[in-house]
Amino acid sequence: MPVWRTCSSPLPGATCEMIRISPFLKLLDARLREALREPEVIFWVFGFPILLALGLGIAFRNKPPDRIAVAVEERTEAAALAGLLNGSTRFEARVLSPEQSASELRLGKVALVLVPGDGYQYRFDPNRPDSLLARALVDDLLQRAAGRKDPVQGRDTEMTEPGARYIDFLIPGLIGLNLMSGGMWGVGFVTVDMRSRKLLKRLVATPMRKSEFLAAMIGSRIVFMFVEVLLLLAFGWLVFDMVLRGSFILTLTIGLLGALCFGSLGLLVATRARKIETVSGLMNLVMLPMFVFSGTFFSSQRFPEALQPAIQVLPLTALNDALRAVIIEGADFPSQIGRMVLLVGWTAASFALSLRFFRWS
Amino acid sequence: MPAIRCSNLRKTYDNQVEAVRGLDLEVQQAECFGLLGPNGAGKTTTIEILEGLLPPSAGEVEVLGRRWGDHDEEIRHRLGISLQDTKLSEKLTVDETLRLFASFYRKRRETEELLDEVGLREKRASWVGKLSGGQRQRLAVACALVGDPELLFMDEPTTGLDPQSRRQLWDIVRGLKRRGRTVLLTTHYMEEAERLCDRVAIIDHGKMIALGSPGDLIARLGGEHVVEFTVDTTEGLEPEWFSSLPAVRAAHLQNGTGSLTVTEVHVALPALLESLRSRGRELARLSTRHASLEDVFVSLTGRHLRDD
Repeated sequence: MPVWRTCSSPLPGATCEMIRISPFLKLLDARLREALREPEVIFWVFGFPILLALGLGIAFRNKPPDRIAVAVEERTEAAALAGLLNGSTRFEARVLSPEQSASELRLGKVALVLVPGDGYQYRFDPNRPDSLLARALVDDLLQRAAGRKDPVQGRDTEMTEPGARYIDFLIPGLIGLNLMSGGMWGVGFVTVDMRSRKLLKRLVATPMRKSEFLAAMIGSRIVFMFVEVLLLLAFGWLVFDMVLRGSFILTLTIGLLGALCFGSLGLLVATRARKIETVSGLMNLVMLPMFVFSGTFFSSQRFPEALQPAIQVLPLTALNDALRAVIIEGADFPSQIGRMVLLVGWTAASFALSLRFFRWS
Repeated sequence: MPAIRCSNLRKTYDNQVEAVRGLDLEVQQAECFGLLGPNGAGKTTTIEILEGLLPPSAGEVEVLGRRWGDHDEEIRHRLGISLQDTKLSEKLTVDETLRLFASFYRKRRETEELLDEVGLREKRASWVGKLSGGQRQRLAVACALVGDPELLFMDEPTTGLDPQSRRQLWDIVRGLKRRGRTVLLTTHYMEEAERLCDRVAIIDHGKMIALGSPGDLIARLGGEHVVEFTVDTTEGLEPEWFSSLPAVRAAHLQNGTGSLTVTEVHVALPALLESLRSRGRELARLSTRHASLEDVFVSLTGRHLRDD
């Protein structure tokens, strides 16, 4: 029979207590190992945001705008006018029959139909921005060609430096979005999965403290937060020459608050649910408004004024705006306190509610 | 001080189902105690109340001399619990799982020793997801033992396991008994209860219907043998025909099978054959065996422990 050895400590502070590894760290370690052994987690945490950034970065890269397609209706001066327009880098003009011109305008293949004759007639759709632009630019070109002198000289300065491009706008938004979905899935989904497997019940049957478990769940999000934030920033820097204008520490601090906030929200959503299906639905319900309104892919300012108070109070809006302010505008800490407090508020409220109503079995 | 004491334990669920209806139990230290009963008898509800995982609707519970509610963490350090059908994290290894559970306890068993005890040493680096059902169950038991508990709860530890895994688990429980630990287990396998338990409480419909050592309970049947027989047609067959035969203590008829509790087989058998012959019944099957807890349950309820 093997010797019955135990590690017990009659006095507090004796050897065994001292070498006891904190349950929190063990739980955290277990959570991270489990996550890293799920290929899906690796993809959604690390692969997906990078692919999204790459795809959108390429789609919206700053290339010279396409030439504006213009149709010149087949009349006497048509060929000469088309030649004049094509002499500019801005236009691509073709001489077309009246029927063809009308059809291509309708289909959006051309932005404008120019009808030569007594003066010029412009046919265009006033609801299409490119049509309006074409109307103004073509008129300008023709007037100058006809000898118009501008009373005031305008000078152009072109801005295409990093910081003002779509990718610069996008990367902080993707960091925010990633922290949201990572927190919700990484905590909410995993918690309900553990509950449905009776693993939560098994854990509370040990002397483990409940707070240690909840802290480890959220703690795992902090670890992932560092990876997610650093990965996207490094990607933006390496592939798109993005620069971080504000403080690195402040960026990470905001990321940390975001991770805590969405980890707690994930926990709140998972507080009672016993089935994966239930929690998935709840998470989508919580995330969808933020996905739409919180300014990840385009500015939240585009939504009507009346909606703004509601939009600004969403945690993802605060997180995205704060990240964007620090990363691309170089904002300092005091200017972001409001948003950071909002994130802390969401965190505190959701964590307190989860702790209060959490179902262990 | 008994290891577990509960009195007038009741549990009524929200849906008005009365799972436990007034249960009194006392489990002594160093005893292996079994809650035996069919599915739905209230065994799991009872054990989960005793484990402090479910609040009772009424009644008193004392575990290791303490009540749930004020010294929970203290009690938990001294308990080991194996729930019915826990699915441990599939992506952790056996070793990692044990070390995680060990981190919760003040007092800890050596991982090496524990792995040997449950026979999982070769599997220590395997993911839990790759283990067989029996191996998982032994790991679940190892997790319950990792804090070197004074009192171990096991809810249906061998349900769904193959005979070999079942025997391995029995060996683990016997090892604990030798070391003077208290074990409370639930089971619906009478054979398991007979082999492992010093005492069993037979539970049915949330109530205890019998309590004692397996030997005692069987002895209370009045005979230690069971004669079972089937006849060509059961029509008009009455238990009373057989209960008055010599050496027969009790007679049951169910699904066309007669079952007699008998003190002396060599006396009862000729009388049974004669009785059937005189009534013109043809014997289709006849067997005799030692009485078991199953027979105790049948004699108390008229039903079998397992429906299958």
